[in-house]
Amino acid sequence: MTTLRRTPLHDLHVALGGKLVDFAGWEMPVQYPMGIMGEHKQCREKAAVFDVSHMGQVILRGENVGEKLEALCPQAYATLKEGKARYGFFTNADGGIMDDLIVSNAGDHYFVVVNAALRHQDIPHMKAHLEGVEVTEIFDRALVAVQGPKAEDVVGELCPAARDLKFMETTLADINGVECRISRLGYTGEDGYEISIPEDKAVEITKAFLAHEDCEPAGLGARDSLRLEAGLCLYGNDIDQSTSPVEASLGWAMQKRRKEEGGFPGAERVQKELAEGAARKLVGIQPAGRAPARQGVEIQCTNGNTIGQITSGSFGPTVGGPVAMGYVSAGHGEPGEKVNLIIRGKAQPAEIVALPFVKQNYKR
Amino acid sequence: MATYYSEEHEWLTVEGDTATLGITKHAAEQLGEVVFVEQQEAGDEFEKGGEIGVIESVKAASELYAPVDGEIVEVNEALADTPGALNEDPEGAAWIYKIKITDASQLDDLMDLDGYKALIG
Repeated sequence: MTTLRRTPLHDLHVALGGKLVDFAGWEMPVQYPMGIMGEHKQCREKAAVFDVSHMGQVILRGENVGEKLEALCPQAYATLKEGKARYGFFTNADGGIMDDLIVSNAGDHYFVVVNAALRHQDIPHMKAHLEGVEVTEIFDRALVAVQGPKAEDVVGELCPAARDLKFMETTLADINGVECRISRLGYTGEDGYEISIPEDKAVEITKAFLAHEDCEPAGLGARDSLRLEAGLCLYGNDIDQSTSPVEASLGWAMQKRRKEEGGFPGAERVQKELAEGAARKLVGIQPAGRAPARQGVEIQCTNGNTIGQITSGSFGPTVGGPVAMGYVSAGHGEPGEKVNLIIRGKAQPAEIVALPFVKQNYKR
Repeated sequence: MATYYSEEHEWLTVEGDTATLGITKHAAEQLGEVVFVEQQEAGDEFEKGGEIGVIESVKAASELYAPVDGEIVEVNEALADTPGALNEDPEGAAWIYKIKITDASQLDDLMDLDGYKALIG
């Protein structure tokens, strides 16, 4: 057995009673004593702190980094203004998604955050293809997400500059006398921040957030149910090397110029699907009963033909019932369409619904 | 009346040839918050080791396996609407089935409370 990697907040998770599990080779808290449902509601109603230090933090330095990134991603990174962040993805030659990521223009460099499980792929990928760009993976900083309607109060109390940021803006600012990168974004559907903190100050600053009466720690369990209710894709479940951005209903994340001009890996397929429609698409699915429909569950139309598969499914604590996402073949997928989900051999009625399940609450 | 425990973390309180069956407090804690219970119907027969239901938490689905051969005589219907009761009172109000035991000798394979406590440490 290989040793699990630990984040700078590991001992704090233990002290807070976190239940630690192996996640992509990292020892991470799946929940704390409050439980997944409580932590989920805490984030929707007040504020929650998540350790996301397992994600890869990367610094890109060089000439025209934004333009060079456009050769790997269908996003408009050449025109990303200083102080702004933008969600995107690396595509492969077949137009599938290699990983999803956040790119920030930090002025004298670009700051990129990639999925924990794909650090080993993404770093060499950038090193190989971003000619003349210095690609540096950061190992000495924690990444902490503070999410929820009270996140501005929790972070703003220690760092007034955080209050001035709008959704998808990033800045450097001091917290407890140490310089941190603060970005107003996240993956819960709520307002909030992701904060990159020098590792030796990570526990102190996280504890300072938790000292706020409206802030509690939350684990990966709540993070998953929050992102699912918010209709956000999880790499490895809803998107992977075979799914194109058009299939994954990620057209919103590709800017007009890039869709039109192409110039990224797999652009031919993406542009064809944009023009003619994709063979399948990712939709929201609401089971009618109480049984959660998990990843892998077959989706049938009401005449019994198989039309797709669930890629993410769980219980949505804010919805108060099961929620799911999955791919359905072309000709299906209009909100309101009735389908059946084959759960343990039995057909369970469900309906296709517009995403997200819970309205996103960003500060624009 | 005697209570037996299985390695699958079920309890079985036996009275004559019938028994009440549920999951242990330890099992409920391990599962996390239960959001759905799939139960079979009264009259369904089962064999030891067979799947007799599914308990789903926010995280995952877990099968319920029969600790002995038998037949379901009563289903705790309340769990359909209040699955969370399995977290609150798994060894009391949130029993899952009343069953008829068809081979009482199989009870010898189960543990008593001391044995179960030793199992879960």
